[in-house]
Amino acid sequence: MTALLEVKGLKVQVEDNEILHGLDLTVNQGEVHAIMGPNGSGKSTLSHVIAGKPGYDVTAGEILFKGEDVLEMAPDERAAKGVFLAFQYPVEIPGVTTMNFLRTALNAQRKARGEAELLVPDFLKKVRSVADSLNIPMDMLKRGVNVGFSGGEKKRNEILQMALFQPSLCILDEMDSGLDIDALRVAADGVNVLRSKDRAMVVITHYQRLLNYIVPDFVHVMSKGRVVKSGGKELALELEESGYAQFEDKAA
Amino acid sequence: MVPTSDNYFATLNSAVFSDGSFVYVPPGVKCPMELSTYFRINERNTGQFERTLIIADKGAYVSYLEGCTAPQRDENQLHAAVVELVTHDDAEIKYSTVQNWYPGNSEGKGGIYNFVTKRGDCRGKNSKISWTQVETGSAITWKYPSCILRGDNSRGEFYSIAISNGYQQVDSGTKMIHLGKNTTSRIISKGIAAGVSQNTYRGLVTAHRKATGARNFTACDSLLIGDKCGAHTVPYIEAKNSSALFEHEATTSKISEDMLFYCVQRGLSQEEAVALVVNGFVKDVLQQLPMEFAVEAQKLISISLEGSVG
Repeated sequence: MTALLEVKGLKVQVEDNEILHGLDLTVNQGEVHAIMGPNGSGKSTLSHVIAGKPGYDVTAGEILFKGEDVLEMAPDERAAKGVFLAFQYPVEIPGVTTMNFLRTALNAQRKARGEAELLVPDFLKKVRSVADSLNIPMDMLKRGVNVGFSGGEKKRNEILQMALFQPSLCILDEMDSGLDIDALRVAADGVNVLRSKDRAMVVITHYQRLLNYIVPDFVHVMSKGRVVKSGGKELALELEESGYAQFEDKAA
Repeated sequence: MVPTSDNYFATLNSAVFSDGSFVYVPPGVKCPMELSTYFRINERNTGQFERTLIIADKGAYVSYLEGCTAPQRDENQLHAAVVELVTHDDAEIKYSTVQNWYPGNSEGKGGIYNFVTKRGDCRGKNSKISWTQVETGSAITWKYPSCILRGDNSRGEFYSIAISNGYQQVDSGTKMIHLGKNTTSRIISKGIAAGVSQNTYRGLVTAHRKATGARNFTACDSLLIGDKCGAHTVPYIEAKNSSALFEHEATTSKISEDMLFYCVQRGLSQEEAVALVVNGFVKDVLQQLPMEFAVEAQKLISISLEGSVG
């Protein structure tokens, strides 16, 4: 069986600095992988490169998504094929209602896949049922995208989009940043509902705390641009006790 | 209202104009439909010099729309129009423009010079004149639709979206001249500059010595796309009596890479993303346009900005 996501020997530079020095990662359908590591270990860079953010030079290696070369695709093409990145800091777009944004994005993806665009009534029905299941009031969707949203609301808006677009790969970049414990639990519940055998998740986090709520199948530790250790969910707990310092030496 | 000696282009217009439109709305009549005109410069080596005069008598109301286009030519062509509006007691005129004259090619060759004099006279008490413009075309635009707020409690409004791309130069704004008592005005200007274009808001708000209780609110927002264009805001504010209250707000921002990437990650193409962000930016003004026009304007904005990001 082809893996959903295969990263092989990935080297990435920003300007003249190499950030990832040959990274390997394989994610199969239905699996939840956690990537942990200290600040500056390259976790976010990995998520950005998979999603296609400009400004990164891939100097070696490859990324395959459903067996296809992702690096050859524009970022919107990747999105239409099912790559979703939940942002650490979702941007605000003043004057564009969340509802309009969701409809424009969903229809752009459908069009790219050769599917018919959703008509307004069908779309509304769909959004309402998804928003209800996440306890998101419809009023929130009438506001500008993320404009004046609290940290928790921004993250719930990301999860709403995830639920609406039904991507096959979800990358959650530091979902816990800026959330208090209650907001974190709400967000994690939203993510857990979306776990399915047809979907894989890559959860990027600095702290073990998030993994109490989103329990991963695999944990990878990154340090200085490489995966230095992989294991089961117990690895996260181990890290919580011993810290990242042991791996820093190893990577160096 | 615009004397023949007002300015060079008004004089030229007064000397050669042969066409235009004249609207008179009798007392108490509310014109039930949007009056609509369409201007086109077709012939090579010609200019266009039309005049428009609209008078709304006591308690009357009219909404008037104009649209402009011109085919592509290598030579520059001149459009020098004069528009005059007069409102009597309790009357209102709403004047909307969607200007899409040919802006010149990608190297800045050709295009229309759009030098237009537009003036509104709120002559009666409680009268109102509202200018709304969407300016996307022309190589060079100089245009300052104005309101003379003569009647007590009269009101002037100016809503503008000005988009410049390629080598376009836009210099546009308004004049709000407060003469009567308790007169109010509102200015909302949204400038969007892309390519190597220059986009300037130039405006005057003035309150006469006797214009007690004059109020103005101005908001000028500029959005830059890319790093080779410019946005400029030049507001003149003159308050000649101590009871006048004028507010001015201005912002300049750039479409950030993060904003575009967020949209693109959700499946929008780069160009769709720019159009979405820009339409959000100009929303306050688009809402002022009559419904059908707003839809057209939205499409026009997307087209004008095509190719503005790599």
